[in-house]
Amino acid sequence: MAGYAFKRVLVGVFSVFVLASAAFFLTRLMPGSPFETGNSLPLVQAEIEREYGLDKPLPEQYLQYLSNLLHGDLGISYKKPGVAVVDVISRAFPVTCKIGGLAVLCSLAAGTALGIWQAVTKKAAVYNGILFVTILGSGVLNFVWGSLFVWLFGVKWKLLPVVGADVWQGFLLPVATMAIYPTCVVTRLTRNGFKREMGEDYVVLARAKGLGKTRVLGVHVFKNACLPVLRYMGPAAAFLLTGSFVVESIFTIPGLGREFVNSIANRDYTLILGLTVFMGTIVIGLNLLTDLLCAWLSPATRAGMTGAGK
Amino acid sequence: MRRKKMLWTGCLLLVFFIILAALVPILSPYPYSEQNASICNRYPSFSHWFGTDRFGRDLFTRTWCGVRLSLCIGLGSAMICGTFGVALGAVAGYFGGMADCLVMRAADVVDAIPSLLYVVLLTLVLGTNAWSMILGICVSGWVETARISRGEAMRLKSSEFVQAARLSGASSWHVIWHHLLPNAAGPLIVSLAFFVPRAIFTEAFLSFAGVGIAAPAASLGALVAEGQRQVRLYPGQMLYPAIVLCLLVMALHFIAAGLEEGTC
Repeated sequence: MAGYAFKRVLVGVFSVFVLASAAFFLTRLMPGSPFETGNSLPLVQAEIEREYGLDKPLPEQYLQYLSNLLHGDLGISYKKPGVAVVDVISRAFPVTCKIGGLAVLCSLAAGTALGIWQAVTKKAAVYNGILFVTILGSGVLNFVWGSLFVWLFGVKWKLLPVVGADVWQGFLLPVATMAIYPTCVVTRLTRNGFKREMGEDYVVLARAKGLGKTRVLGVHVFKNACLPVLRYMGPAAAFLLTGSFVVESIFTIPGLGREFVNSIANRDYTLILGLTVFMGTIVIGLNLLTDLLCAWLSPATRAGMTGAGK
Repeated sequence: MRRKKMLWTGCLLLVFFIILAALVPILSPYPYSEQNASICNRYPSFSHWFGTDRFGRDLFTRTWCGVRLSLCIGLGSAMICGTFGVALGAVAGYFGGMADCLVMRAADVVDAIPSLLYVVLLTLVLGTNAWSMILGICVSGWVETARISRGEAMRLKSSEFVQAARLSGASSWHVIWHHLLPNAAGPLIVSLAFFVPRAIFTEAFLSFAGVGIAAPAASLGALVAEGQRQVRLYPGQMLYPAIVLCLLVMALHFIAAGLEEGTC
């Protein structure tokens, strides 16, 4: 376990480094100077570029960038002078976090409930109904759901606000849009996990010993069946973070995804670079955490850890 | 039995989509980017089956151009990723040792970074066209195929028929090409079948967000985004491309799920 954890952390750190380097060189390769506005003199442009340190040789810029990164300094926006990238992130990230966090909770609750229901039901109608809903939910793309919600709830029935997230009703639609796909995945994983575990010998034994069905399902099966769900949490976080690109644009929420899309439209290279590195680091970190947690929880690796056999 | 039905439904839908995507842009009397100010925002009619958008462009033609683009990106990136992934994975699994370590560590690193970020960065550098999209998708797309191909190669390389082939003097490449890959084809095809709708989704998602394929080229994601801006007045402009896109993705999902049941 310790060896695995060490290796896994090493890969994680190296991934952040690769991402930061790739993002840096790719943003430098992007066509055109970020200060080309069309009406500034070449001399003025050179002066601005000197001010931002863009006249130095590329390796020197790169080293400067890496050392700034280690100090948590992501630079200053090219298009909004005086606005630090870190400030943009610290303002926008809590908004995205709130929506993403709520979506994770909703999808976990709804997904496990639906999955267990589908696994234990004896009615073909319920089974097929849930199957149909999950196929529909994962086949229809999240931005289509979002646009559909705006049209139905905001335009046709005028039930819910579809702009901004100032009041709690404003959260309903964005969170629902975000949560649909992860809910379907969690449902499928839980259902498969339960169906696999329910045929195991230990379940028969526990039932034969006289334990109630709820206890066997809720404690013994649940513990083993939920490992795949836990493993999915890393990819889910990545999905929600990138999902915020469109959801926040649809519902006009001032979060990280909207900032990212806007920074691309504005060709604001430092902001693109900073947000890319930030979001990538978050996802890499969450993946690392879930991997370590799964390794620790899974009996097979834990047995190896205490030396009780392989 | 249900799975077989899924496979057939998916295949029929896909064939239908391919025929329409191939023929509509050629046979349509309206070029996909031709603007006509006198017929802006028309509702569906006999001459414009899906109506027209706010520049008077025929939405039916544009939608099927979008399907064509989506299919090209989906199938193209699946083919490229398939080739690289299978080759790298087979080499890593068959030879083991240093090659295995290198390929798999590279896969770990590539896999850790959210793939949308590559696509966005690459389209910014190379311009917003289908090629940069395919390239961006492929940067991380080979990983899953490589993992499966490696697993299969490791499983098969100790089997008796591979031992026999090696003892009778076959070269490593011959063994990989003629003995390992044909036996590993099932899981690989399933994984690539799931890859196609994912790639189509990535493209549509980014074009919707405004960082993918840009106007006047018609991408399904961009069409939905354009329609969404006018959803209060003309919901049809958003709904038709959205429905076509969802049907396309679902058909591909059905095929993949049907294949999965057949092989595993």
